[in-house]
Amino acid sequence: MTTENQRNSSNHLLHVLFDEQQRARHISDGAIITIAKKLNLPRSQVESVVDFYAFFYRQPRGSFDILFSNCTSCGALDLMKQLCDRLNVQPDKTRADGRISIGQASCIGMCDHGPSALVNGRTLATLSSDVIDDMAELIEAGTDLACWPSRWFQVGNNIRKEGLLLSESFEPGSALKAMADRSSDEILDEITNAGLKGRGGAGFSTGMKWRFCRDAESQTRYVVCNADEGEPGTFKDRILLNSHAEEVFEGMTICARTIAATQGYLYLRGEYRYMLETLEATLQKLRDTGLLGHNILGLGFDFDIDIVVGAGAYICGEESALIESIEEKRGIPRIRPPFPVTSGLWEKPTVVNNVETLAAAAKIILHGHDWFESHGTWQSKGSKLLSVSGDCSRPGIYEYAFGITVQQVLDDAGAGDVQAVQIGGPAGKLIGSEYFNRHIAFEDLATGGSFMIFNRERDILAVIANFSHFFAHESCGFCTPCRVGTRLLKNGMDKLCNGHATARDMKELKHTSELVACSSHCGLGATATNPIRDGLKHFPGLFEERLLHKEMEPEFNLDASLAEARAITDRGDAEAHL
Amino acid sequence: MNTITIDGVQIPFEEGQTIMDAALAAGIYIPHLCHKPGLSPHGSCKLCTVDVGGRSVSACTAAAQPDQQVINNSEELTETRKTITQMLFVEGNHLCPTCEKTGDCTLQAVAYHLDMLDGHYPQFYPKREVDASHDFIMLDRDRCILCELCVRASREVDGKDVFAISGRGTAAQLIVNSPSGKLKDSDIDKDDLAAHICPVGAILIKEHGYEVPIGSRTFDLHSVAETDLGEVSLKKTREHHE
Repeated sequence: MTTENQRNSSNHLLHVLFDEQQRARHISDGAIITIAKKLNLPRSQVESVVDFYAFFYRQPRGSFDILFSNCTSCGALDLMKQLCDRLNVQPDKTRADGRISIGQASCIGMCDHGPSALVNGRTLATLSSDVIDDMAELIEAGTDLACWPSRWFQVGNNIRKEGLLLSESFEPGSALKAMADRSSDEILDEITNAGLKGRGGAGFSTGMKWRFCRDAESQTRYVVCNADEGEPGTFKDRILLNSHAEEVFEGMTICARTIAATQGYLYLRGEYRYMLETLEATLQKLRDTGLLGHNILGLGFDFDIDIVVGAGAYICGEESALIESIEEKRGIPRIRPPFPVTSGLWEKPTVVNNVETLAAAAKIILHGHDWFESHGTWQSKGSKLLSVSGDCSRPGIYEYAFGITVQQVLDDAGAGDVQAVQIGGPAGKLIGSEYFNRHIAFEDLATGGSFMIFNRERDILAVIANFSHFFAHESCGFCTPCRVGTRLLKNGMDKLCNGHATARDMKELKHTSELVACSSHCGLGATATNPIRDGLKHFPGLFEERLLHKEMEPEFNLDASLAEARAITDRGDAEAHL
Repeated sequence: MNTITIDGVQIPFEEGQTIMDAALAAGIYIPHLCHKPGLSPHGSCKLCTVDVGGRSVSACTAAAQPDQQVINNSEELTETRKTITQMLFVEGNHLCPTCEKTGDCTLQAVAYHLDMLDGHYPQFYPKREVDASHDFIMLDRDRCILCELCVRASREVDGKDVFAISGRGTAAQLIVNSPSGKLKDSDIDKDDLAAHICPVGAILIKEHGYEVPIGSRTFDLHSVAETDLGEVSLKKTREHHE
């Protein structure tokens, strides 16, 4: 697809497929052909997209399709079992009457709300055993979602500590007015001098990124806001988009004017679809008040923003996979270089920035780089929004100047008896108490914002196994080491957790995880094995305790292999086991 | 003249060439499966992983840079490549003794080259669909290694769009771009490059399986390093058989 035939938002393949999934509860072979014809795409492209994104199904789901998060913070698998039992349904098998299907989803970003799920794509937060009982009745009665208790769908902000970005109100247009008389170079200098680095975790200089993009040879450029916040334990973009969307959009507009882009995209993760209507309304309000669209604020430049909603694929948080997804393809990371700043969306120079980065950029233009620079550390200027969840009494959003210690965050969040913290999500670092005096900063513990707390009652191996399942599920499948390796590691962790592993298996985990980390195609593979590698490094005793014995254990588990035979012959008795 | 150094050997390169391009031109073999000169580089199989300044990069996608120091043959890299090859073996259903491509299969040849003696990992035994619908071409997904050579050959050389990869993770699979999803309803022709480029036994031309006896096949006579360097092209081998 070229820039000349970009679609309007309602005809974007992901949106058309979402509508079809909602209407028919699946995407049939016939629907694939019809949609391919309607959108003038190869049939294989539509099929491959359907099969890539977790929220599209080839077999019919129930009229009520419930996906329980399996995250260690907002996961609800015991509640999932309760609902399955109540409704007499097997996970991922639609009940014969077509009423209900139940399955799992990767973290849905509700970690501060506890057990959560999606029902027909809508977020259900703060679930409990009582809610599940009531829900079962509503489902059996066929009660429309519109008539379900509205409090079940309420998502709060849970802001516990406000800093630079969150503490003051923002008047839409104020930052744009502040840039009105300044040249592109002046804006780039302001952002660069502020020391703003990408808030997704990688920490690339935002000013440099914008400059590279502006200086790339092209008539057309794009600004993309990465709101595909999929790292388990992260939910800060949810709060920014919920309560600070104007700043984010204004940050995009400032970037657009600086680099000379006329079109922007907000790539919103499918799990945050519940915010879509409000975000669209905000965009419309900005258009109505002259802050978006034609001749913005009379400054003689045009810019508008479309929203593309994802459909359940963690990999689309990787900027080039995200670009592929906007281009209506599977989210496969591209070969880099070229980087998006020179060849991004439809091969045009593209800035892809995190939500928090763009909000900070707007504020920097408004207040100047000194204001920003005076906070934080020498290599990490400004503030960071942390999404704190797990075993603590006050989960939520904490905004700190960079440089805060892990221990201070734990104290503020009311976490006691802490065994480990996962900084930056599963792709980040797993640390034990000997590291709690370290600092949140790019030069020490870098993070995209996820801060998951595990107390001493937690089984850390089960946590690591959970993360291994996550990565095996989210690997795009493009390169061999990540595709096969993440699955081998998932199996290895399961074997360990089930008490069947031996010393050799520990060696295998180490060897395979190192190979996946160093030879994978993109950042997902490079970081997917961090939990296992950190676990082996910082908590070797936990692994060793769980070994069956330190010698040899056959790879082939005869008893497990007979499970199918037992099921066929309806034998569950002791005699049927070895 | 710009040069790079591979395992201590200085070789020239031209602007725009990858490490792989420069190596092949200079007669240096870097193991690979998803790369084929003439098709756009892909970088997915990761067999061509080399070491550049302490970093692992794919030789087929990494640009050659002046005075680059590349390590291609080292114990660690051979181990990495062997492990990757084992991963490819266990994720599919590769039963060499019963496969008609044996002896002509690049995956098998690479395994020989790397002294791979077993699959090492437990087999995944995936259930994959066979498509025997086409009169002349057979698609056995059990052996597909997702290298996408057929996808690219169809698009870039045949001017068609017969193949694509669908799904994700280990559920990723080769699909056919036709109304029924079957090969017989696609516009593939048995003379298309896409029908012949498969490095394994996933896409086969029917009724020619055992024309060359086992023992006289490409990799029975030549190592994969020889064939891939073009010293012995596959075409020549076929003439040799005749």
